[in-house]
Amino acid sequence: MTDGITPSQTVGPYFAYCLTPKDYDTREIFSADLTTPAIGGDRIRVVGQVLDGDGVGIGDAMIEIWQADPEGRYAHPADDRARGNSGFAGFGRAPTTPDGMYAFTTVKPGQVPGPNGKPQAPHIAVTVFARGMLKHLYTRIYFEDESANAADPILALVPDEEARRTLIARRLAGEAEPTYRFDIRLQGEGETVFFEA
Amino acid sequence: MGLIYPRESALAHPSNSFEGYRSTAKRHPKRPLVILPHTLSEVTGPVYGHEIVRPEDADLTLQHAGEPLGERIIVSGRVLDEDGRPVPNTLLEVWQANAAGRYVHVADQHPAPLDPNFTGAGRVVTDDEGRYRFVTIRPGAYPWRNHHNAWRPAHIHFSLFGPSYLSRLVTQMYFPGDPLFPFDPIFNSVTDERARNRMVSRFDLDTTQPEWALGFVFDIVLRGRNATPMEEPHDD
Repeated sequence: MTDGITPSQTVGPYFAYCLTPKDYDTREIFSADLTTPAIGGDRIRVVGQVLDGDGVGIGDAMIEIWQADPEGRYAHPADDRARGNSGFAGFGRAPTTPDGMYAFTTVKPGQVPGPNGKPQAPHIAVTVFARGMLKHLYTRIYFEDESANAADPILALVPDEEARRTLIARRLAGEAEPTYRFDIRLQGEGETVFFEA
Repeated sequence: MGLIYPRESALAHPSNSFEGYRSTAKRHPKRPLVILPHTLSEVTGPVYGHEIVRPEDADLTLQHAGEPLGERIIVSGRVLDEDGRPVPNTLLEVWQANAAGRYVHVADQHPAPLDPNFTGAGRVVTDDEGRYRFVTIRPGAYPWRNHHNAWRPAHIHFSLFGPSYLSRLVTQMYFPGDPLFPFDPIFNSVTDERARNRMVSRFDLDTTQPEWALGFVFDIVLRGRNATPMEEPHDD
């Protein structure tokens, strides 16, 4: 037994040279490109902007994503279903640019089991960190061109249509590679739905 | 062996809205959070261990041609789940200011010197018993512009994954007896005193190396509890 968990503290403004060190001489171990040479499925880009309560882009945020492979398998021991040898880890990390933009290159995840054996629509789990956030926030990215969204048990927890829309990435037209836009509004009009996980 | 993640445990965390910490004002959601069932997407999470670190990552005093200035310290401890069981083979990423209280980060404008022999970023992975250890120098306190004469107590930032998406933790390790504690809104955003004290390392003579470096011990407890309660021992 322990006395309880260690509390969260803000990631602060100065994490980049350790956590997202592309512009520093620290070796980078995580990146915003999740693809591997052997991964199949549909390659996609997910881009967006992280905004504060004034609608201003947050230039010192970090976004982490976690997702299943195109067959809906997680690279984790708690998912005991057989998985291919794609080397797909399903984890990515990206800093925001000075105007709050982030971008990931990945593959579209498959459906994964949900509560009561009901499948969940394809989604990406998202964690948001920034100065001024004492703990990270959880949200999810769904895809607008997925008919499975209608039966997704988690989306169903957000009955308000406008709020639910904040969880659904829009497919951008005219991009060379399939690209989805997912903005993250921490506060105010169009505030993103965040989860207590 | 499965883990469960009781929601009450997360009450130890600070609220994302904390008046004393000015930057929270425009960076916290005002709508209530939606309670998320713990599906496979939550009870899984990135798994990174020994394959991703190099031995030199765990000694922040050896990353440049010369030795950094400052008080050399050894930080060690264990990463545990809520039952007190070790979390083995899990990655810790750490970053900090130098001895003068200055970060390498380009945005840090504090007029204290950079140290050409210190970056302040490290990585280490826990062993089979959840233990970790790294060598660094003691970071300095530094001013920030949150309020008049605001200074952060000396701290080292920690980022950990643990067994799942739900055990993810970013926190700060503080040093015992820091006189800045009463004045720091980030430290005091954890309103429960016992929880707050879990962020404070302790000086430890056993891990202090004679003629070389002071030892500080910092144990970290992540979310996660055994799904199946311990069975009574059988006699048969």
